[in-house]
Amino acid sequence: MPTVITAEGLAKQYSLGEHQAAYGTLRESLARAGRRVTGREHRHKAEQIWALRDVTFEVQQGEVLGIIGRNGAGKSTLLKVLTRITWPTAGRVEIRGRVGSLLEVGTGFHPELTGRENVYLNGAILGMKRREIDRRYDEIVEFSGVERFIDTPVKRYSSGMYVRLAFAVAAHLEPEILLVDEVLAVGDAEFQRRCLGRMEELGSSGRTVIFVSHQLPAVAQMCDRAIQINGGTVVGDGRPAEVIANYLHQTHSSGSERSWPEDSAPGNDLAKILSIRLVPHGDMPPGVVDVRHPIAIETVFRVAHEGKPLFPKIKVLDQEGAIAFNAMDTDDRWLQPTPPGVYVSTAWIPGNMLNEGSAIVEAAICSIDFPKLEHHAAVYEAISFEVLDPGEGDSARGAFAGQWRGVLRPKLEWTVEPDRRD
Amino acid sequence: MSRGPSLLDERSNDGTAAEAAPLADGSLDTESEASASRVTVIQPATRWPKLDLGELWHYRDLLWTLVWRDIVVRYKQTFLGIAWALLVPIFTATVYVVIFGKFADFPDGGVAYPSLVVAGVLPMQYFASALTLSSMSLLSNLQLVTKVYFPRTLLPLGAVVVPILDLLIGLPVLLVLMWYYDTWPGGVEVVLAPLFIALAVGTALGAGLLLSAVNVRFRDVRYMIPVILQVMPLLSGVPYDVSSIETKWQWVLAFNPMTAVISGWRWAVLDAPEPVWGQFAVGTAVAAVLFVGGLAVFRRAEPRFADTI
Repeated sequence: MPTVITAEGLAKQYSLGEHQAAYGTLRESLARAGRRVTGREHRHKAEQIWALRDVTFEVQQGEVLGIIGRNGAGKSTLLKVLTRITWPTAGRVEIRGRVGSLLEVGTGFHPELTGRENVYLNGAILGMKRREIDRRYDEIVEFSGVERFIDTPVKRYSSGMYVRLAFAVAAHLEPEILLVDEVLAVGDAEFQRRCLGRMEELGSSGRTVIFVSHQLPAVAQMCDRAIQINGGTVVGDGRPAEVIANYLHQTHSSGSERSWPEDSAPGNDLAKILSIRLVPHGDMPPGVVDVRHPIAIETVFRVAHEGKPLFPKIKVLDQEGAIAFNAMDTDDRWLQPTPPGVYVSTAWIPGNMLNEGSAIVEAAICSIDFPKLEHHAAVYEAISFEVLDPGEGDSARGAFAGQWRGVLRPKLEWTVEPDRRD
Repeated sequence: MSRGPSLLDERSNDGTAAEAAPLADGSLDTESEASASRVTVIQPATRWPKLDLGELWHYRDLLWTLVWRDIVVRYKQTFLGIAWALLVPIFTATVYVVIFGKFADFPDGGVAYPSLVVAGVLPMQYFASALTLSSMSLLSNLQLVTKVYFPRTLLPLGAVVVPILDLLIGLPVLLVLMWYYDTWPGGVEVVLAPLFIALAVGTALGAGLLLSAVNVRFRDVRYMIPVILQVMPLLSGVPYDVSSIETKWQWVLAFNPMTAVISGWRWAVLDAPEPVWGQFAVGTAVAAVLFVGGLAVFRRAEPRFADTI
């Protein structure tokens, strides 16, 4: 496959001072210039920010490349340079082929114009020729599903109709290289599904797609390759599942392992928790688990003397703090007063149970003091880890790449049989 | 691979992008080979980027679409619609005729005063609209400037094209007066009339390029425009005949390109006194300097538009 995009040493510098001056007036600038000339003010060094630094990569024809990274990491700046909205400070990019860019849906839509007029306007802005829009007009309108309102000014459209019409135009762009920003962030699940479907279509028809997104599931599922940007430079490049896993590992903060020295370990004089960790699995980086694999949470605790029947318990929460579940070891071995010693207890969370995203684990050593559960040792928000769907189609989300809500995401047993009444 | 014949096509950038040689890669299929020969090169902006006329030509469909949009949107949801293009010059000219013609008795240079005034008001009205629209063009298209690439020059360029329509619609007013006062063109010089309007377009574009680029950074432009437009009719001879005033003042006013536009246009369409060509040359030279300077400032500032707007 030939290389269609070559970026070499790309850099983009913003100066903060410049941004501030942008909101000033001519008078202030003249006054500042005057003070500088008379020596009363030295040209202060405006603070410089490198939004991109030495970004080098290549893209082959037909590749679907996802660019991921934290907010402010530089991915949007990179896209703006590639789409030529802004100029780089240094470096060079060569793009071979016709480029289409989609930084938002409905760029240039005018509220006073009718749906029909906006199709032509938006099409021209996205780079379509007049005759090309003429030819595809019927298709676009049909795809949008707003035929009845096509001669109504779009200011009277519902936001859903507006987005559908705008997307219909964008979906009929047929560039060889498509640069897409988080267009998917707007619209409902149905809309997102259509967006992704359209991009997969483009990808499978040999077109090159560069897709900048926060939506890791979408990147995992659609892209052949992912690049992670951090601090304006490329820090990861490879298979999406690996790059995403590394990214998640870097971003989650509290860590997937914690341990305490004996004397400061949490707990009372009966029991203390010494450590808690997510047991690493397979080729995933520490702190990241594949959504399909069982998850092992290991709690090590010391029982100081024989007192009560103790047992370990964990609580799993999602990133918003909603409780996914509580679980405790109900095995018979914990029915008798627990003998002193150090215990290593491992809780196994089945694969295909938690949803994607961050999970937080709390651990406690309890005894039953009906109607209460007495906590002898407890660690809140002890560890966290990331659940990742590599998007290989065999998880509970199947082939769907859009938003998948819920704290849990079980893969259920489904049966189907013909209706006997028929 | 099925491909639409054209899309966001090759984009080439003022000196920062250039057509390069086709890929020397035999594995390309014929279809992509044809298009892969289009290479966009993105590089840091040069200090004085030059204007790429080929690129402007390539984007002509977008230019016309933007012009069409502005014309359509302009009179949407107005009761009188495009009739405003007639009413504005009629109203302005009436006030001039009554105040300057009747009360102040301004010199008419031997042409029926109402004809003289309308022949001045029409190009001046054009200039006022063109200057206002073009100097605001980058700001009023903020959404486009920050979200999609096209040569930014299209925006002020389109903005000076739009009010040409108003000028054309206003022409019948002049024709009626020419018939009523019997002030028909004197001869073949009437074929030069479009050239004088072209000078007004060029002047407005030069000023519009300059002011729209400055406006991205300094919003003061918004306050400057009304002041300029308030004094322009008086400094361009709209309510009087320039050749009737003291010669030394004629030479002062000659530095205003719109004086040249209006005296030339009146000569062409009304058989008014022929412009003093030396004065006309001064005005044209100023317009040329304004255009080149405005374009240079615009191109220089263009790489930063999206960052500072």
